[in-house]
Amino acid sequence: MSAGPARAEPVAPRAGDPQAARGFRRALRATLGRSYPRIIGSNRDKSWLFYDTVLPLLGTVSFVYVYKTFGAPERFLAYVIMGGATTAFWMNVMWSMAAQFYWDKQAGNLELYMVAPCGLLPILLGMSLGGLVATTLRAVVIVAAGSLLFGVSYAGGQIPALLLVFAVAMVALYGLGITFASVFLMWGREAWHMANTFMEPVFLLSGFYFPVRALGFWVGLGASLIPLTLALDAMRRLLFPGAHPALLPLAAEVGILAALAVGFAIAAWVSLRKMEMLARREARLSLRF
Amino acid sequence: MSHAIEIRDLARTYRSKRPPRSGGPATVVALDGVSLDVRPGELFGLLGPNGAGKTTLIKVLVTLLLPSSGSARVAGLDVVADARRVRELITMVSGGETSGYGLLTVREQLWMFAQFYGIPGRRARARIDELLEVVGLGEEGDRRVSALSSGMRQKMNLVRGLVPDPEILFLDEPTVGLDVGAAREIRAYIKRWIGEKPNRTILLTTHYMAEADDLCDRVAIIYKGRIIACDTPAALRRRSARGSRFVLTTDPLDPGARLGDLPGVVGTEMRTADGRSELELQLADDGAISGVVRALSEGDRKIYSLQKLEPSLEDVFVEIVGRRMEEADEPPSG
Repeated sequence: MSAGPARAEPVAPRAGDPQAARGFRRALRATLGRSYPRIIGSNRDKSWLFYDTVLPLLGTVSFVYVYKTFGAPERFLAYVIMGGATTAFWMNVMWSMAAQFYWDKQAGNLELYMVAPCGLLPILLGMSLGGLVATTLRAVVIVAAGSLLFGVSYAGGQIPALLLVFAVAMVALYGLGITFASVFLMWGREAWHMANTFMEPVFLLSGFYFPVRALGFWVGLGASLIPLTLALDAMRRLLFPGAHPALLPLAAEVGILAALAVGFAIAAWVSLRKMEMLARREARLSLRF
Repeated sequence: MSHAIEIRDLARTYRSKRPPRSGGPATVVALDGVSLDVRPGELFGLLGPNGAGKTTLIKVLVTLLLPSSGSARVAGLDVVADARRVRELITMVSGGETSGYGLLTVREQLWMFAQFYGIPGRRARARIDELLEVVGLGEEGDRRVSALSSGMRQKMNLVRGLVPDPEILFLDEPTVGLDVGAAREIRAYIKRWIGEKPNRTILLTTHYMAEADDLCDRVAIIYKGRIIACDTPAALRRRSARGSRFVLTTDPLDPGARLGDLPGVVGTEMRTADGRSELELQLADDGAISGVVRALSEGDRKIYSLQKLEPSLEDVFVEIVGRRMEEADEPPSG
C-alpha cells in the first residue's frame, strides 16, 4: 500500500477541562453500552449452560479421574477444577475479545466503531467487562458443579486476598486481550492462526491442571508472563494454605501480577493507537473500499 | 466554516491483490487528485459506476482510511490530524449493512450505538422512539434485529445514523439492494431530515442516476478516481451537447418528407404505425420546434402529441465517459 506520511493525532485534552470530562463520560457510556450485548446474551441464549459449562466440565473431569486413579490428595482434584474454570477466561480473552474484531470487521461493525467518537478502547473495555461478567458466571458454575460432584472442599479464610488476586489477574489478562485485539485489527485472519497457536501451549505453561512449579522454577517464571499462571498459583496457595507448592512468595506473585496489569494496560493503549493508524493506512478496517 | 467538506488534490492508491503475472498493475489508483467543496446545508451526491472511487472517498472523509496524498477537511477539521474531533460531528450509514448484533432488539441495538456517542440513556431512548416512529418502525422496536427484513434493517441503520444528530451525514449507497417502495421511503426520510435544520449536510454516494437527480442539490460525477463533472443536476443536464429533443405524433408522413431541411432541425427519426407517425426530433434549440409545427400545419397534418425530452444524467455520463453507467463498472481492486 502506498500512502503518504500520516500526521499523528493531537494529544488528548488535559484532565480537568470540560472536553476531557465529556470524553470520560462518553467513554464510560460506550464501555457500558458495548458490555450490554455480552451480558444480555447470556440471558437470551441459554445454550451457554451446555456449551460453556457442561462440555468444559467433561474435559476437566477426565483429568480428575487421572488424579483419582493415582490416589492424589484431594487438593489436586481442586487444582484441576480451578484450572478448568480458568480456561474459560483464557478462551474468552482469545476468542471472544482478541478475535472479536475479526468478526466485527466481517459484520461491518468495526468501521462503525472506528467512526464513533469514543474510540476503540472503551469498546474493548466494554467487551472485557461484559465478557468478564459472563465468564465469571460460567467459571462459578464449573467450580460449584465440579466441587459438588467430587466432594472437594476449600479453605475459606482468605477470601479477600483471593478476590484481590483474581481482580488484579483479570486486569492483566484483559489488558493482554486488548493488546491481542489490536493485532487482530491489523492482521485478522493471520492473527487467527496466532490465537490458535497460543491455546494448547498456554494450557500447559500456565499449569491449568497441575502446580506450575512442576515445570521447574525458571520455566514457571517464564510462564508467569501469562497472567493466569501466577493467578492460579496464588489462588491455589490461598485455598490450600501450607499444602500447595507455590512458585514464588505470595507478595511477589501479587506484585508481578500488578506489574503485568500495568504493563499490559500500557501495551494495550500504545498498541491500539499504533495499529489503528496502521490499519487506516493499510485499508484494513473495512471489507469494501 | 465556509465549507462542510473541503477536498484538495486527494489521492489514494491500494496495493493490488492480483498476482503480478495476471498483468495487472502493482498498485490500483482509487482516487486521483480529487478536489471538491461541499457547502453547509447541501445534499451533495457523488455519482459514479461501481469501482469509480465513491466509497474510497467517503471512507477517507469519515476517517477510516488515510489519504496517500492531498488533504480533506470535514467541518473545518483535518481528517488525518483531527480524526477524533471529526468523528464527533459525523455519522455514516452504508447500504446493505449487516452491522450490530442479531440477539439485540432494535431499540437495544440503537441504544448501544447511541452510547458510543455519549448520549445519556433517557435522551437516547426518547430520540430512538421518536425516529423509529418517523421511519415507520415504531411497532418493530422490540423485535430482534435478526428478524428484520432488509428494508427494515436499512431504516434502522438510518435511524442509527440520525440518533447522534450529526452535522454531516455520510450515506454510502443507502438504497442499494432495496425494493422500490423501501428505497422511496428512505429517500423521503433523507429529504425530510436535511430540510429540518438549515446547516445539516449530507454527502451521498450512489450509482442510481434517478436517486442523485431526485435528492441532490449538486452532483459530482466520479469516474476512475477523478471528478469529471460537478454541478446541479439541472445544470449538468443542460450541459448535454445533445441540444433539444422532442417527440411528436402526427398523421402519417411520407417517408420522403424533408423535415430535416427545416431551419434548426439537426436530425429526425420517424416510425409509422397504427396510422400515425412518431417523429423524434433533434433540434439546435427549443425555438426550432415552431418551424416544425408550422410546416406540419401547412401540410394539413394534425399534431396529436408533442413532448420535450429532457436529457438525463445518464446522457451526461454517456457523453463524458463514452459508455453507459452500468458498462463502466470497474472490477474490485482487491
